[in-house]
Amino acid sequence: MNTATREAFGKALAELGAIDRDIVSLDADLSCTTKSATFAQAFPDRFFNMGIAEADLMATAAGLATCGKIPFASTFAVFAACRALDQIRNSICYPGLNVKVVGTHAGPSCGEDGGSHQAVEDIAVMRSLPNMVVVVPADDVEAEAVVRAAAEHVGPMYLRFARLASPTVHEEGYEFDLFRGEVMRDGADVAIIACGMMVPRALDAARQLADEGVSARVVNMHTVKPIDEELVVRCARECGRIVTIEEASYVGGLGSAVCEVVADRCPVPVKRIGMPDCFGKSGLGAGLLDEFGLSAEHIVEVVRAL
Amino acid sequence: MQHDMKDIATRMRVDIIEMLAAAGSGHPGGSLSACDILAVLYFDKMRIDPADPKDPDRDRLVLAKGHAAPALYAALAEKGFFPREDLVTLRKSNSHLQGHPSMSTTPGVEMSTGSLGQGLSVANGMALAGRLDDRDYYVYCIMGDGEIQEGQVWEAAMSAAHYGLDHVIAFVDHNRLQIDGDNDEVMTVNPIDEKFHAFGWNVLTIDGHDYEAIGRAIEEAKATKGRPTVIVAETVKGKGVSFMENQVEWHGVAPTAVQAQEALAELGAQ
Repeated sequence: MNTATREAFGKALAELGAIDRDIVSLDADLSCTTKSATFAQAFPDRFFNMGIAEADLMATAAGLATCGKIPFASTFAVFAACRALDQIRNSICYPGLNVKVVGTHAGPSCGEDGGSHQAVEDIAVMRSLPNMVVVVPADDVEAEAVVRAAAEHVGPMYLRFARLASPTVHEEGYEFDLFRGEVMRDGADVAIIACGMMVPRALDAARQLADEGVSARVVNMHTVKPIDEELVVRCARECGRIVTIEEASYVGGLGSAVCEVVADRCPVPVKRIGMPDCFGKSGLGAGLLDEFGLSAEHIVEVVRAL
Repeated sequence: MQHDMKDIATRMRVDIIEMLAAAGSGHPGGSLSACDILAVLYFDKMRIDPADPKDPDRDRLVLAKGHAAPALYAALAEKGFFPREDLVTLRKSNSHLQGHPSMSTTPGVEMSTGSLGQGLSVANGMALAGRLDDRDYYVYCIMGDGEIQEGQVWEAAMSAAHYGLDHVIAFVDHNRLQIDGDNDEVMTVNPIDEKFHAFGWNVLTIDGHDYEAIGRAIEEAKATKGRPTVIVAETVKGKGVSFMENQVEWHGVAPTAVQAQEALAELGAQ
């Protein structure tokens, strides 16, 4: 099934809202497209539209959190990470408040709206904030699990969702562990560590590589921070080579997080695939992913060249 | 009440001077200007109990102008949230008293502040939570006049009015000075009252050093239903220490030992 992770977010949040009355949702005039509107329709008294004012959105959420509420504050990833960064830093992360920052339409797969709207830096930015947990679910099943885990985890969290529908790679009932990466396919020659909608592409690449006699392990590193260090080290030791891929700038994101662990604990060659150091542009989301090298074919080429 | 309040505020001013002299840095001007407002809130109007600091029905205070932390710390120590001896550890590396308020370290601090312009939004969030839970607490927010140059203040002013947050009571400490000079030379903030009025707020203007007037304004704010109230408090930067009053130089410089003695002698004579 092809479903966008943002759709899964709206559905899961509305389901959670029925169970936990402390869950509240805030949005900045994008609820119809971030899908927080699903929650708003079910629980209008616990939904607050803050208008086109992302700074106010994040700090209001912080105030709600000081009183025991569990606010999910949603907007496009680019506005969360960039426009409201100071509020996320000083009013949410510095006091360690229990706010869930939800960034949708992340990455170039956001598509036609163009580079102004395609967050490429959000993973790097959010990852650099003390106290912040950063999660990038691979598909709709995992996105729902992430929303439930976010409500249970006490503390600031950034949830990154995509606009574009992508293939479901998890079975219903998949047991999600927030702080453990998931080995989706075992292999011994190379480890491909991916997050978000790059996970199905990594699986495709592994299948193509298998035809060439290359055994590729695929890891879904949904939680970029704190990263599952033990799993990264195991990949380095057991596979000897690592390729990372993420739908974000290759500066400072998942690839960098993997490199930090590898450099500290088990140096092996690592090749990072991500958006080159550039902004996105208008186009069809799926086409842009291929154009920026965020494809199974590119992963295969990179592995061959390692 | 007037007499008690004067004593309390004077003790707070003494604490502020001693704290800043011991720290060797910090912000005396805006701490002294907001001192009387904090005194009335903490020692007359606010429903808070240091023995039960997490009471869900307590009133909250967000010191949006976080650089006035010494005034807040003086009130909290006087109230009994932590020992008075802690005050002289302000800004030291092993102290819970950070240069700007930190809710993670200091008992009684309701919100970490320091980056200007965020406090009113936080206060709104606290008030929305109170409404959801059918609680009757009030949320006070103390902003600086320079601070309202931050655009987010006006986002928050809009949303407080939109949601009819009549349990938000904001103060603007209108001491007319900011780091680089007079407010209106740096960036015109006046007319503050008309701006808030246009945003849908109940607006009161008072002498921010008149305890009776501060108390009356708070009661009037509580009696106002369906919209938030802002109290524009006309104050004197550096109030209570003659050589600091209305002097922009005292925005963010601590007194030397000799200057502190002079200030304390003056406060002691009051």
